[in-house]
Amino acid sequence: MIAELGHFALILALLAAVMQAAFGLIGPAVDKPALTAVVRPATSAQFVLVTISLGALVWAFVQNDFSVEYVASNSNSALPLLYRVSAVWGAHEGSLLLWAWILAGWTLAVSWRSGGLPEGFAARVLGILGLVSIGFLLFTLATSNPFARLEPAVPDGRDLNPLLQDPALAAHPPMLYAGYVGLSVAFAFACAAMIEGRLDQTWARWTRPWTTVAWAFLTVGIALGSWWAYYELGWGGYWFWDPVENASFMPWLIATALIHSLAVTEKRGLFKSWTLLLAILAFSLSLLGTFLVRSGVLVSVHSFAADPARGMFILIFLVMIIGGALTLYAWRAPLLRSEAGFEFTSRESFLLFNNILLVVAAAVIFAGTMAPLISDALGLGTLSVGRQYFDPVFLLPTLPLLALAAVGLHSGWKRGRVSDRRAAILWTLLAAVLVTLLLVLGVWEGAKILTPVGFALGVWLILSSLVDPIDRWRRKLTLTPALLGMALAHASLGVFVVSITAVETYTRERDLALAVGEAGQVGEFEYRLTGLSGVEGPNYDALRGEVVVTEGGKPVGVLYPEKRNYWVQRQVMTEAGIDMQWTRDVFVALGEDLGAGRWSVRAQVRPLINYVWFAAVLMALGGIWAACDRRYRREPRA
Amino acid sequence: MNRYLLPGGVFLLLVIVLYIGIQRAPQKTVIPSALLGKPAPQFTLPVLGRNESFSSTSLAGRWHAINVWGTWCPECRVEHDMLLRIADSGELPLIGFNWKDDDAAALDWLAQLGNPYSVVVADREGRAAINWGVYGAPETFLINDRGIVVHKHVGAMTQEVWEREFRARLPRTAALPGALK
Repeated sequence: MIAELGHFALILALLAAVMQAAFGLIGPAVDKPALTAVVRPATSAQFVLVTISLGALVWAFVQNDFSVEYVASNSNSALPLLYRVSAVWGAHEGSLLLWAWILAGWTLAVSWRSGGLPEGFAARVLGILGLVSIGFLLFTLATSNPFARLEPAVPDGRDLNPLLQDPALAAHPPMLYAGYVGLSVAFAFACAAMIEGRLDQTWARWTRPWTTVAWAFLTVGIALGSWWAYYELGWGGYWFWDPVENASFMPWLIATALIHSLAVTEKRGLFKSWTLLLAILAFSLSLLGTFLVRSGVLVSVHSFAADPARGMFILIFLVMIIGGALTLYAWRAPLLRSEAGFEFTSRESFLLFNNILLVVAAAVIFAGTMAPLISDALGLGTLSVGRQYFDPVFLLPTLPLLALAAVGLHSGWKRGRVSDRRAAILWTLLAAVLVTLLLVLGVWEGAKILTPVGFALGVWLILSSLVDPIDRWRRKLTLTPALLGMALAHASLGVFVVSITAVETYTRERDLALAVGEAGQVGEFEYRLTGLSGVEGPNYDALRGEVVVTEGGKPVGVLYPEKRNYWVQRQVMTEAGIDMQWTRDVFVALGEDLGAGRWSVRAQVRPLINYVWFAAVLMALGGIWAACDRRYRREPRA
Repeated sequence: MNRYLLPGGVFLLLVIVLYIGIQRAPQKTVIPSALLGKPAPQFTLPVLGRNESFSSTSLAGRWHAINVWGTWCPECRVEHDMLLRIADSGELPLIGFNWKDDDAAALDWLAQLGNPYSVVVADREGRAAINWGVYGAPETFLINDRGIVVHKHVGAMTQEVWEREFRARLPRTAALPGALK
C-alpha cells in the first residue's frame, strides 16, 4: 500500500513538473503574470510529492517489505538500519529517485531565494529546472520504477552489495548528486539569460553562490568516494582513473573553471559567452556522467546495473537538454559580447589562463575516458587507457595552472599589474623553495624529479593565498567572507598538492607472505602477524588478522585487517586495518590464503595521505564560506 | 564557420559515438565469462541426496545447461518455476549445481517446489564453482554437444531470457527428451 502511494506520488510529481516547466516558460513568453504566478506553487508541489515518494521507498526498506522488488534485490532483514536506509540509493532505481528529489530540493531553494530576481527571469529559471525534472521523473517511471512489486514475494532479500555497506559510501552518492544536480541551477540561469538575450553583472552575482555551493558538494562527494576506495577496496590508493571517477571529475574541473569565469563576469562584465558555455558544459558533463554509469556503455567497477534500454532513454534526454542548450547558445550567445578590455597581467588575464588550462585538463580526461568507446565504435578493437596516459597528461595542464594560480593570487583587476606586487611574489616563492629544500633534504629522502616541483608549488600556493588576507588585516581593512573563503580554498589546494606529492614519492609498499608469528619489513616498519581469528558481524563472518606494527623497534600499534564473507551475497570483502597519524598512515590489508597457514598481506606506509581528503573538505568549506558573503544575500536591484 | 556552433558540432559527434556504444552495450552488460567459446571445466561431485558421485564427462555429446543455485538465494526461488517449465518442455536437460548449500535444505526445496533437474550435484565448499568463474547465484551456462561453453546468463532465468539467449542458440535437433532422466 505504502509502495503504491509512493508510485502514485511520483506520477503526480511528474504532472507538477510539467506544470512548472510549462507555466515557467510560457508565462513570461506571452507576458501573462497570472500564468507565471503558477510556477512557484507547482515547484513546491513537485518537491512535496517527490519527498512523499522517496519517503515511501525509505519506509519499504526500513520495514523490510520484500514484496517490493527493489527492496528484495538490495536489502536483507539482517542488514543494519543505517544501511537499510542507504540501500535506497544502493542501486539504479533508487539512485534516480534520489537524483529527482535533490533536483526538486534545489529547485525549491531557488524558488524561495529568488525574491529579488525579476519575476519573468525567475519563472524561466524554474521552468528550465522543471524540464530537467520531467526528464528524470519520466525516466524513473518509464524504465526504472523502484516500486514494482515482486510476485511472489520472497521471504528475505538478496542484501545490499557488501561494497556499499560502509558509512562513507552511504554519504557518497547524496553528496555527489547534490553537486551534479546543483550545477543544473547554473545551467538554468544560463539558459534563462540566453532566452532573454540579456546577461549583465547582476546575473553573474545571482549565479555565483549557487554554482559555488554545488561545486562544494561535488568536491566533498568525490573526496568521500576516493576515501572509501582507499580503505574499502584494499588497493590502498586514492585515485584510479576509473571511468566513473573521471565522470565525476570532469564536471568538477569545468565547475571550477565556471566559478572563476563567473568572478570575471561579475566584477568586469567580461567572458560572457564563455561563462554561458561553461555553465552548459558543467551540467552536461554531470548528465553525461549519469549516462556513462547507467547505460552500460562503459564497463567499470561501478556499473552495477546497466541496461541498454535505459541508455537509449538517457541519450534522447541528453540530446534534448544539452542539444537544446547548445542550439540556444549558437543562436543567442553572439548577442552577448563583452566590450571592456584588460591588461595582459591583470587578474582577468590570469583567470582566462586558469579557464583554458582547466578546460584542457577536462578535455584530456574526456579523451582518455571516451577513447575506448570511440575505438570500439569505429571497430578498431578494444583499447584500455590507464595510469600511463592519465598521470602525465593530467600534469601537463595542471602544473602550469598551479604556478599561474600562485602568481595570479597577487594580481589585481583590470589594470593591476603583477609588477607592482613583484616583492610579494618573489618573497613567497623564495620561502616555498626553502621549505621544499628542508622537506626534500631533511625530512624525507629519495625524491623523484617532480617531488621538489610539487612541494614548491604547493607551499607557494599556501603562502600566496595568505598574503592578501594578512595584508588587509594589518591595514585594518574589512575581511569579507568571500575573500577569506577564497583564501582558504586556494590554501587547501596547496595542502592538497603537497600531500599528493608526499604520497606519490614516499609511499612504501610490499606484499608480504606471512604465517602467524612471522614478520616482514616495509622500510623502517616491521609488520608482525600475531594472530588470525574468526569474528562475526550482523550479516557477515570474518577472518580477522592481528598485526603488530613497530617502527625501528618502537611499537606503532596493533591493526586488525579483516576479510569479510557476507552471507547473503556470498561475497568476500577486505576491510583494511589502518593506523592514522598526523604525518602518515600505516595500512595493512589481508590478501589471499596462500596455503600452509600463510597469508598474503598487503603492507603500506603512506605519508600525509589523509591530507588529500582533508584538503578537499577544507576546499569545499572555503567555497561555502565564500558563498555566504553578504554581497550575495543583498536584494539585487533589478 | 561560426565559432558559436562549434560546441554543438562536437556534441553531435559525441552523440553518434554514444549511440553506437549503446547498440553494442548488450554484449557487455553480461559479466564477460572467460569460458565463452572454451571447453567447459570438468567436475566430479557428489550427487545431492545419494551416496554416489557424478562426473561431467558423462554429459559429453549432448547440449545441456548448468544451473548454479542455492536455497539461500531469493532469485533462485524466482526462477524456479521457469526452470520447471523448461524441464517440462524437454528441450534442454538442466544440470543442477547446488552451490555452497546445505544438503537437507536443498532436498527439502526440491521436494516442495518440484525438481527441474536431470541430476543435481552438490558443490558444498564451492571449490568446483571457482573453475566455472561463478560470481553469484543464479547463473546458467549453456554447453553444446562438443562440450564448449556457448553462453552464460547471470541472474534469474525468465521466459524472455530462455527464448532469446538459450532457445535461439539450440540446434533444431538438440533436444534429446528425457535422455538423461
